[in-house]
Amino acid sequence: MGASVAVQGLRIVAGEGDAGQVIVHDLSFAVKPGEVLALIGESGSGKTTTALALMGYAREGCRIAAGTVEIGGVDVLSLDGEGQRRLRGRTVAYVAQSAAQSFDPSRTLIDQVTEPARIHGLMSPAAAKAKALALFHELALPDPDHIGERYPHQVSGGQLQRIMAAMALITDPDLIILDEPTTALDVTTQIEVLRAFRRVVRERRATAVYVSHDLAVVAQMADHILVLREGRMREWGGTNRVITAPEDDYTRRLLAAARPEVQEVAAARGEAELLLEVRDLAAGYGPLDAAGRHQVPILQDIELRLHRGQAIGVIGESGSGKTTLARAIAGLVKPSGGSILFNGSYLAPTLAKRRKDELRRIQIVFQMADTALNPAHTIEAILARPLQFFHGLRGAPLQARIGELLDLVKLPQSLRQRRPSGLSGGQKQRVSLARALAAKPDLILCDEVTSALDTVVGAAILELIADLRRTLGVSFLFISHDMHTVRAVCDEIVVMQGGRKLTQIARADYARGPHHPYYELLSRSVPELRTGWLDELPATDAPELAV
Amino acid sequence: MNKPSSPVPAVHAQPVATAADSRPERRRRMSAAGVAGLAIIALWMAAAVFGPWMLAKDSGDMGDAAVFAPMGGAHWLGTDYLGRDMFSRIVEGTRYTVGVALVATLCASFAGITLALLAAVRGGMIDALMSRSLDTLVSIPSKMFALLMVAAFGPSVPMLVLIAAIVYAPGAYRIARALAVNIGAMDYVTVARTRGEGTWYVMRREILPNIAGPMLSDLGLRFVYVVLLLAGMSFLGVGIQPPDADWGSLVRENIGGLSEAAPAIIAPALAIASLTIAVNLAIDALGGSHRRSE
Repeated sequence: MGASVAVQGLRIVAGEGDAGQVIVHDLSFAVKPGEVLALIGESGSGKTTTALALMGYAREGCRIAAGTVEIGGVDVLSLDGEGQRRLRGRTVAYVAQSAAQSFDPSRTLIDQVTEPARIHGLMSPAAAKAKALALFHELALPDPDHIGERYPHQVSGGQLQRIMAAMALITDPDLIILDEPTTALDVTTQIEVLRAFRRVVRERRATAVYVSHDLAVVAQMADHILVLREGRMREWGGTNRVITAPEDDYTRRLLAAARPEVQEVAAARGEAELLLEVRDLAAGYGPLDAAGRHQVPILQDIELRLHRGQAIGVIGESGSGKTTLARAIAGLVKPSGGSILFNGSYLAPTLAKRRKDELRRIQIVFQMADTALNPAHTIEAILARPLQFFHGLRGAPLQARIGELLDLVKLPQSLRQRRPSGLSGGQKQRVSLARALAAKPDLILCDEVTSALDTVVGAAILELIADLRRTLGVSFLFISHDMHTVRAVCDEIVVMQGGRKLTQIARADYARGPHHPYYELLSRSVPELRTGWLDELPATDAPELAV
Repeated sequence: MNKPSSPVPAVHAQPVATAADSRPERRRRMSAAGVAGLAIIALWMAAAVFGPWMLAKDSGDMGDAAVFAPMGGAHWLGTDYLGRDMFSRIVEGTRYTVGVALVATLCASFAGITLALLAAVRGGMIDALMSRSLDTLVSIPSKMFALLMVAAFGPSVPMLVLIAAIVYAPGAYRIARALAVNIGAMDYVTVARTRGEGTWYVMRREILPNIAGPMLSDLGLRFVYVVLLLAGMSFLGVGIQPPDADWGSLVRENIGGLSEAAPAIIAPALAIASLTIAVNLAIDALGGSHRRSE
């Protein structure tokens, strides 16, 4: 049974003295024993900072300036260093987002899972080990009796996340803080982890604080939702109420962005000419064998046809080869077999052998806008280069075209002289798109362009892409792991797994089934924005459980 | 400040914004040591450029003063082994020490950085070939190499510049290549490549601006090494030839005054020390503020 949590007037400041910037503004909330509270917000909303403050901890450079945090009647913030050390890992446990970074690679898992019990001197090593094994069983880990003998790199990301939960639970804490524990996982893995987390939290009647940016995930886990924005509480209420009848405007925007609308673009499919054709494409790493195949294949037998004006989405989990496909089309990865036809003519396998006009017609936009824009150049210089390079523009026409491009991606002209470091993530991604458009391409390859952005910002980028398709008729090859994103902007979906194309589904047939089982599994695995979705999901969807 | 490797990205926006806000304030707060370093460098630079015109005395004038005279009103730093004014000798030597070292450093860094960028952008065989041949050059002891070159081609100012440039280019290459390879893996360089940009453009416009900061720090450090190498060679008598003298040859000329505790021997040595220490202090201050601003 968990303890109650009460937070009063919590204020967290970054920097010293009065000049410091307030990260969390006088936040007050309470969690009843045995309930799960979700902290929801975008990056920079202060949700992780708040969660860490529950342990009396502020990150380097920040400090808790005012307020009280009571866990089971004890004021955490008034404890001295020794008292807080006794509290952490025992009364309050923390499960971090990236389990892979949180484990010591040189020690076995069981050794690290039992460490909190050892530090706090709670039980004998044998008892701790027995308890850890029981937790492994409870968290539905494969081979629970022996998985603890492995090292962190020998288990998968989803398993590691569950093992981290076991580490948190071994001391029977009164409060568990889960900080985006499933964000880095593939959708099918996420379900298993969510299921395991929810079972252990429910059975123990533990009090938990679940930090996340994903409303649909939170809907499965939490009793109450607290929406944070820029360190201020926007809404706080029961999960069902917040999701179905949000009172705050910002919550409504979050809800809308979580499920991007399908962007209708009239795609003339039948009569449009064939723009890109991929035939029997193969690529990989390592030395070639006698048959000319790579030792480690990444792509095999890929067939793809894209008509002018069309947008095709490529979906798959990590390691499915979807990014490699885009890079092969762009000429960055040399294929080991097959061919790529563009506008009816064969494309050379490497960049050096492609003609300038072919390079112009295919542009690529990357996931991380931070590394896609040169920090040393101004926005104007970044956009000017492709215009000069491909179209030979100079002087006034060049300036006019830069202005047009900024308008096209809905950025203010005042950004011209700024450098990328002075732009937000969404603005950077817009500049990346504008740079691609500057070449007047026929095809833009988008590699997870919204994955690194907040949901609201990402939804705006998707809207922009649909807009560009309507006005310019550019074709898109849209690579993503997110089913909703792909459905929102694409006319057809290509599903990839293990370097092979499994199936291709047209937009009109999305709802009409049955499709390839893996597609069905993927689309079922995307959490739905309503409570009780996880309970209704049949357990047979658990590929890891079956192992 | 905020650790960049922090596993939770959620609150990054604020600390980063704070760092940006308070940056101008930090810039102003340059350390006293840094200011002192810059002042000394400025002084020596002024001496190198304007010194000879401002001297009242002809440095070649042996006059009637005693040999190895102590400091005094007529000769601020005493006189040398021929009775020449030591202050004038040092000021005149500044242009050799500072000038030759500066040109040699610029040559070394320019060659090193250019080759490094080429290696990073082209990669493969070109990279391997250049890296291994420059490694070979590093394995030859620098003083030995310098003596060998002077023995073969004779001492002259262009020769000294060439020697120092060859000796210190591999170091600049190593550092620049390590930085450039990291930048070369960035997506914006990939974008430039998919655009079909040439090697020269990628080197100069995409990579160079992003390694310029650290390479400027390296330039300063390399300058110090070159000053010491040239001073050492002059002391050995294979550097600047009489009647001209840089600080190293001034020490050598006046070595006879060692037993008499003449200022003629300590003054040029102090000049060398002050310049190298000042450059180091300035680099630390500039490099520090640069690192923080990133």
